Amino acid sequence: MNAHLLAGPILLPLAAAALQLLLGERRRGAASALGVLSCVGLLGFALALLAAVGDGTTLVYRIGGWPARFGIVLVADRLSVLMLLLTAVLALALLPGVLGRWRRPGSALQPLAQFLLMGLNGSFLTGDLFNLFVFFEVLLAASYGLALHRPGAQRISAGLHYIAINLLASLLFLVGVSLIFGVTGTLNMAALAQLVPQVPANTRALLHAGAAILGVAFLVKAAMWPLGFWLPRSYAAAPPAVAAMFAVMTKVGVYVLLRLSLLLFGAGAGAASAGFGGDWLLWGGAATVAMGVVGMLGARELGRLAGYNVLVSSGSLLGAIGVGRPAVIAGALAYLVVSTLAVAAFFLLAGLLAPREDAEEVPLLEPYDPGGLALYADEDESRPTLPAPVRLLAGGFLVAALLLAGLPPLSGFLAKFALLAPLAGAGTGATVLFTLIVVGGLGTVIAMCRVGIQIFWEGEWVFPPIRTGAVTSVAILLGLCLLLTVLADAPMRYLQATAAQLHAPAAYIRAVLP
Amino acid sequence: MELVLALAIGVLGGGGVWLLLRPRTFQVIMGLSLLSHAVNLFIFCVGGLRRGADPVLRAGAALADYADPLPQALVLTAIVIGFATTALFLVVLLASRGLTGSDHVDGKDGAP
Repeated sequence: MNAHLLAGPILLPLAAAALQLLLGERRRGAASALGVLSCVGLLGFALALLAAVGDGTTLVYRIGGWPARFGIVLVADRLSVLMLLLTAVLALALLPGVLGRWRRPGSALQPLAQFLLMGLNGSFLTGDLFNLFVFFEVLLAASYGLALHRPGAQRISAGLHYIAINLLASLLFLVGVSLIFGVTGTLNMAALAQLVPQVPANTRALLHAGAAILGVAFLVKAAMWPLGFWLPRSYAAAPPAVAAMFAVMTKVGVYVLLRLSLLLFGAGAGAASAGFGGDWLLWGGAATVAMGVVGMLGARELGRLAGYNVLVSSGSLLGAIGVGRPAVIAGALAYLVVSTLAVAAFFLLAGLLAPREDAEEVPLLEPYDPGGLALYADEDESRPTLPAPVRLLAGGFLVAALLLAGLPPLSGFLAKFALLAPLAGAGTGATVLFTLIVVGGLGTVIAMCRVGIQIFWEGEWVFPPIRTGAVTSVAILLGLCLLLTVLADAPMRYLQATAAQLHAPAAYIRAVLP
Repeated sequence: MELVLALAIGVLGGGGVWLLLRPRTFQVIMGLSLLSHAVNLFIFCVGGLRRGADPVLRAGAALADYADPLPQALVLTAIVIGFATTALFLVVLLASRGLTGSDHVDGKDGAP
């Protein structure tokens, strides 16, 4: 009975989207209610699954009752459920900001968002590579529509690049999948994990090539340097609520890399394959952090600043996957949760402070000029007093900046500490990553201070009218991060158990292939 | 047959990559289409190239004589998804042309 729960997170948004399309323009209230219902339902499913897998069981749903190697399976373990929960929470938190805003005619935002949720949940639950491709395409197709929602010339051009790059990545995905299928004869992840140690030496290179090409496809999604140049521009051009939802989309790439690298190329994969690709992830992740920080310091648009924050976050995660010890992975998962929520909140804040929709020009930040000292030139003590709603935004900005930079006392610090502590003394690469993440935190502080001073203290920033819906969303997201600060113990234990489970894939394989 | 197929995949893939790197949106979409043809052929041939193999539906043939049905299923799915995404890309391309008045991928001609 429990196993049927697994189909819920995929079927519910699918049904909701189909009904919303049928309801169309005339019954917009009903369509919105359906969207809310679906998001609440997703949260319910995620919590029910959390209760079911909390003790370490791996739930398997065999579609049509076919045994795993022939049929399609959905698998939920602690990691999948963690991602489901994160997605559901994010979707629910973004609702207040979205519902009020998208009432214009021709808006297909709600069904598209539901399709996106379906693709995300499917990617987290699927147990074989080809369905992973299908769910990836579902979520990407929905994301194309969302990124281009209410188009303008700039948004269309950024969307064009986004679509072209993702189509190319999908083709690489297919090449990788078919190479792996050619070598092993199966696409079921558990069966692959069993077969990898037995692959003969003469075709092992092909298997590695397939895995590497597949990895490139996911690294494009996770925006590793040098595959991530598309991200800041595309995310900055998307509507803020959509960009906030996209914050979890890079994490899909991270999730798949984490899952596959530990399942297929973990310690049990034999001497020739164990740890395959780990070094690439480690150094690539470190380079991504470095690039993200440089981009953050140079960014002149708030949206791009948020985009570079996404890069720093996924770079740290990729590097941590490359190191791959249980303690590091547990810390990385904590960082994943907090950074996703904080980046989503920051995208919304960027949309509130520098909206793109109605403005001709996006308000730009001043270029960075270390010699000019423009910020401190006139010691004018009489700063303009900010109106109360703007003060609220300033408070939100401060909290988001603290979370993103990983400064105490908030959960950003706890997560970053959980990630950094086990990195110390785990080898040269880990030390480099450690240093870069710490320096990256400093860079984030500098960039955020610059931006905060310019917007809130200089008194020249033109504040657009405040939208209560989006402010509510920001408050929910940041509130969740604050809650995680206070209640860090239980989630952290769950994440440690998740990392331990990932490092012992035998139970996963046994559950799928009894 | 292997040689012909390998050459076809190579030519389609090479042409696709070259077109993908061109500055005009129409060339980009043609490049993506060629590349997806190359990938589809590639998926099709990972199941092994054989002539005269039985389809999986025919009863009575020996198990070893069946053509592998899974790559065929994969390639069908890939074709459908590729078709849909190409159509979507085409719409975006037309919108870009309409909004910017240029068919350059950046929305404006970079030439001085």
